[in-house]
Formats: sequence, structure tokens, C-alpha cells
Amino acid sequence: MMTTPDAATAPAGTATPALEARSLVKHFPVHRRGRRTQRDAVVHAVEDVSIAVPPASITAVVGESGCGKSTLSQMLARQIRPTSGELLLNGSPAADRGAREYAGQVQMVLQDPFSSLNEVHTVGYHLARPLRIHGPGPDGGSLDDHIASLLERVSLSPQTAGKYPHELSGGQRQRVAIARALAVRPRVLLADEPVSMLDVSIRLGVLNLLADLRERERLAIVYVTHDIASARYLGDTIAVMYAGQIIEQGPAAIVTDRPSHPYTQLLLAAAPDPDRPSPAPLAGRGTPPSLVSPPAGCRFHPRCPFAMPICEQQAPPPVKVAPGHASACWLHASRPGTPRDSGPGPGPAPLTTASQHDSRPTRGENT
Amino acid sequence: MTSLHVETLDQPAPAGGPGPGEPLLEVTGLCVDYGIGPDAVRAVSDADLVLHRGEVLGLAGESGSGKSTFAYAVTRLLRAPGVITGGSARLHLGQGREVDLLAADEAQLRRVRWAQVAVVLQSAMHALNPVYSIGDQLGDVLRAHRPDLGRAARRDRAVQLLDMVGITADRLRSYPHELSGGMRQRVMIAMALALEPQIVIMDEPTTALDVVTQREILEELAALRDRLGFAVLFITHDLSLLVEIADSIAIMYGGRIVERAPATALFRAPRHPYTAGLLGSFPSLHGPRVHMTGIAGSPPDLHTLPAGCSFHPRCGYAMDRCRTELPPLRPVTRPGAAEARVAACWLQDGSAPPPAELARPEPAPAPGTNSTTGGAA
Repeated sequence: MMTTPDAATAPAGTATPALEARSLVKHFPVHRRGRRTQRDAVVHAVEDVSIAVPPASITAVVGESGCGKSTLSQMLARQIRPTSGELLLNGSPAADRGAREYAGQVQMVLQDPFSSLNEVHTVGYHLARPLRIHGPGPDGGSLDDHIASLLERVSLSPQTAGKYPHELSGGQRQRVAIARALAVRPRVLLADEPVSMLDVSIRLGVLNLLADLRERERLAIVYVTHDIASARYLGDTIAVMYAGQIIEQGPAAIVTDRPSHPYTQLLLAAAPDPDRPSPAPLAGRGTPPSLVSPPAGCRFHPRCPFAMPICEQQAPPPVKVAPGHASACWLHASRPGTPRDSGPGPGPAPLTTASQHDSRPTRGENT
Repeated sequence: MTSLHVETLDQPAPAGGPGPGEPLLEVTGLCVDYGIGPDAVRAVSDADLVLHRGEVLGLAGESGSGKSTFAYAVTRLLRAPGVITGGSARLHLGQGREVDLLAADEAQLRRVRWAQVAVVLQSAMHALNPVYSIGDQLGDVLRAHRPDLGRAARRDRAVQLLDMVGITADRLRSYPHELSGGMRQRVMIAMALALEPQIVIMDEPTTALDVVTQREILEELAALRDRLGFAVLFITHDLSLLVEIADSIAIMYGGRIVERAPATALFRAPRHPYTAGLLGSFPSLHGPRVHMTGIAGSPPDLHTLPAGCSFHPRCGYAMDRCRTELPPLRPVTRPGAAEARVAACWLQDGSAPPPAELARPEPAPAPGTNSTTGGAA
């Protein structure tokens, strides 16, 4: 059931992406005590992000808190207006569509199912509202039939319609939230950390539901998460974000098995992994930079173990390291036929995962 | 149960207390209720746990499993409506001296808390006082527990403590809101270690942090543990993390400990179906991507705990006996098993061979890894 469409990162590929973002930028003005202090001070929350989500596929956006992944998903939902950039829905500019028409195609599932459902209304009410507003669809039938079928599609019993949110477990609530998003028959589902509030043992159930919806309903899903292991499990494509930019993008298994950007390698080394005989050494400790005055050049260079002079001066362009796999890192641009072919570079180290598995210090040795 | 020697607690404990690998904290039959009378809910039932000197003991479970209640009860930090209804928690102080934390009075607790048993909580933002600087708060601990130290000595010690967790001295004047989440949690760890306790209880200390920060803090913690030799009770829902950092692991479900084993043995060869299900809920970072199912159903509501084994409604192996009789926590031994381990499951009672998933061979204890208990002196 896990497919890895090769065209995921190539917008010019075969299928028209269900949703495509071109060079999205979001700058938030900096306020202090209610008024703007520095005239031009902005938080560079999202910088030049392009992403394409083909139908019937899942794109996982992975990053730490503050990397801009939620800002990106809110822009994709048109809940906040990008500073610049373009959104394309089924190949045509999203700006041409009204808010309701867009919401009929692109729906969101939020992180916290304990606050995204209204406690005073039944599950049935939550599902009936989008059906009333957007219309129940061409296939007729009564409202109750539609509600029952929605519940069935998320593996809940029809009796759930009469229940109130407090009578449901976290996993059931998140299923209701997904059913509500499905009510308008969207083409795109934006799921922002949909399982991080749920108990460990029921997370996979919700992730598997998203995978089923991709297959059964050909939904294009953007799965935003901080958990790279679940991104590997669910995603067809993984896009790794750091400090407001996508720094690596490619087929999920390849990005996690052979990460090509030093930051992706750092994320993987830090992730819990019981299969590892001993913790991997962390190369690039520290914290993400301030986004009010991000570092010049590559935003990762102050932490990067491979940083070169060019990394401080010029932001690296996305470099194709394999079909459908791009990495914004000068290490990969230093090969023939690319913008920079004379750099000494530290060799192919970041191209392999050797650094993750071969050196095995004993616990506590690296502090 | 309180020892006769408790009066001597205010004398400095002999360096080291109990020897390496010896029991430091023995919890037996701990029961905790929320509420009183017919409406009471039993959050922890008959929990037995032994923390050895220098050991990292992991306590894993989902929300409502009782893992945090366990920690709050043992440290006597439990607030109403929580009531400790039974059990004992004997803290060994070396040379045969011990104190039952559950029976101790306020004066005894005051001598033990922080000096012997320190706590690190999940939300450092809420655990630190927002209107006092970091230096003031560290100084406060030292002033209360080490009255012999002067102002300058307190400051020196505070600088030393922050340095231990990798924070520079200029941060002494910072307020909690000026620090990042990772730094706040480091300050909490520095504070917990201020009086060089034997035991540090950590309740989801890194759950709110990003993975890189989490890994950095765990590395620092391991190094400090190796240097200072304290034991850690590490409470978390993240079993995959625990397998990496703990020496042994106890799994809680519905208020009971259902399995306890050395970390590697628990990971490679789980004996309780819940442990196996929980391990199967964490997607791997390697290998082929396979379809995983997690565990059917959801964690039980403590108001309406199922009869018999509380896991039986979610268990793929449930038998008639599981629906009526509560399985006791008892030793599971297999040929080649090097260490004692326990599980509360009727499948492991020896009457029939357990399913293959629950009968994997014990892993060989690898030298230098975390399969030995209390090996960090």
C-alpha cells in the first residue's frame, strides 16, 4: 500500500497536482507593546517554499517547532494570506476562487480534537453543518444517510451521531474531525499534527485511516508533523523544513534512509530509535536561529558541521541529488554541471548515512 | 513501618548510601484513589517497584495509566482528591537506615525531599516561578536546605550547577520567560541536582521539547548520572525513547504494572500483549515500510475498568479466564533468561506455550549496553 510516486517533487511531471504552492513567503510584522518598533522588522516565518501535492498521495512536512510548518499549512488552507507567492488548485490559480469554493476543495484537520469540536453540540450537528453549507452532493439521500456514511468512512458506528464530544475518546474525536473535513468532498486534506495529542496505542489507527482515504478517495493529503518516524510511515514524499525553508524533499523512504542534508541527518540522529545499538552522535547541536534576523546564506550554516565559506554568503538552491529528491545544500552543488564545481568540500560524507550507523560511541561518551 | 533510625536523618548521610545495584527505593503494594467513598476511582493498584542505586528505571504507559500518580504518591506530592490508600515506599539511606515515605510526617519528608529525592516535572514554565530570576530560585533551594552556606557560597554553587547542565553564569539573572524551553528544562535538572540527591524522579521531562533538544538533554543527563551516580525514575509515554535510555522498564496499564523487565529484554522479547502492542505502535526509522496496526480500542476509563485483566477488551489473545480473573504479576522465566522479569498475563502462567509473539527468546545481555541494572557507579 505504500507507494512512492516519483513525480512528487517535480511539478512539471505527469499528473496535475491537486494543490501546488509556488514560492510562498510569509513575513509577520514584529510588534512590541502593541506598536511596531522597528519599521521593517519582520519574522521571516516562511521563505520561498514550493510544494506540490499530487492526487492520491501524502506529503509529510517535517520540522521542529518554529520552523514554519504550521504557517505553511495555514497558508495552504488560505487561513492566512501569503506575503507573496502563488497557490494553484488543480492547476488553476486559487486566487480566482471564493473562500467557500476553496474550502469545498481544501479542508483541515487540526491537532487538538478536544478543542476543535464544540462540546455543546452532538457529532451529528458537527457533520450536518458542512453538508448544509456546501450541499450534500449529487447523490441525493437524506442528511442522516450522509452523516451515517461519513461516520462509516472513518470507521465509526452510525450511533456516534447522537453522542457529544465528551462521550468519545481522543481517537474517536479525531475521526469525527476527519469525517467533518470529508463532508464537503474535498480533494485536499491538510492534517496539522493530527495524532500528536492522541495516546500512543491509537495513533496508528488514525494514520492508517489517512492512508486509506488516500487510496479509497484519491485524496491529496498534507501531513504536518514533528515526528519523522511517522512521516516515514505515512508519507509518500517527505519535505523537511528548517527555519522557514524546505531544505530537503524527496520520496519518504529515501529521505530517511539516505538523508542528503546535514539537518535531516541531525533530525534522524536525534529521533528515538530503539533499533540503534547506541545513540548516534549529534552533528550540529544548538537551536534554530532567530527568524527576525535569519543568518545570511544557508540558514543552517551556523550549526552545520560541514559549513563552507559559500554557505555564509549565498543561500543554496535546491539541488537534485536523485530523481525526485532535492536538497538545498552547497555540498551537493559542488559536483560537475552544477553552479559550483570547484569547491573542495568535505567529500561525499553527507550523501551517505555512514555517519549515522558506523561510529558507535558508548552512552555518554560524546558529552 | 517507619524505621526507628529516622531521627538520625538530619545527620549527613554517609557518602554513597547503599552500595551499587542495591535497592534504593522499594515501593510495595501502592494503592492510590481519587475521591473517597463509592465514587472513588482507583488510579494505582498494588504497584510494586524497586529502584536500584544508579539505575535508570523507566515507567511507561498511556494517559490514565497511573504513571504520574505513582510518582506523585511516592514523593507525597499528591494533591486532593488523590488519596494514598495502601502500600509502602521504603527509601534506604545506607547502614540499615530507612524511611517509609508514605508514612513519614512533614518533618521527615522535609529532610528527605530534594536532599534525597528530587523531582523534575514536564512543564518547566509552570514549575519555575516567573517573577524570580534563575539565580534567586537556585539560591532559594540552597538557603532552605543548606543554611550553612553564605551568600557568596550559594552563588558559587548556583554557577557550578548551571555549568553542569551547560548554561553560562550570565543566565543567573535571567527570568524563566527569557530562556528557551530546553534551557528551562536544564535549569529544572540543575535545581533537582542542587543537593546531590540519590533519586531523581522525572515526569515526562522532555516531552514538550524538540527532538534535537531532547537528545541533547538526555545525553547530558546520562553523563551526569555516570558522574554523580544518582538513580532516575523516568516517566514517559514514549516507549521507543525509554528503550534507548533506561536500564529496566515497567509498563503500566489501567493503574497496574503489567510487565517489568530489563530494557533490552522488554524490547526484544515482550511477555505481555500490551507491551507487544505498544512496541508495535512506534513506526521504525529503518527497514521496509510495513503496515502496522497499533492496538485496537482505546485505553480504559478508570471509572469503568473491565473485570479480570483490564486489557482483555483490547487483547487479541483474550481467553475466558482473562474476563473474570485478574492475572497476578509474577516471574516469567525462559531457558536462557539471565535476569528475573515479571508479567501479569494468564498466557504466561506456564499451562500452555504462549503465542510466538510473546515467547521470543531472551536477548543475550550485551556487554556495555543498558541490559545490566545499576551498572553506572
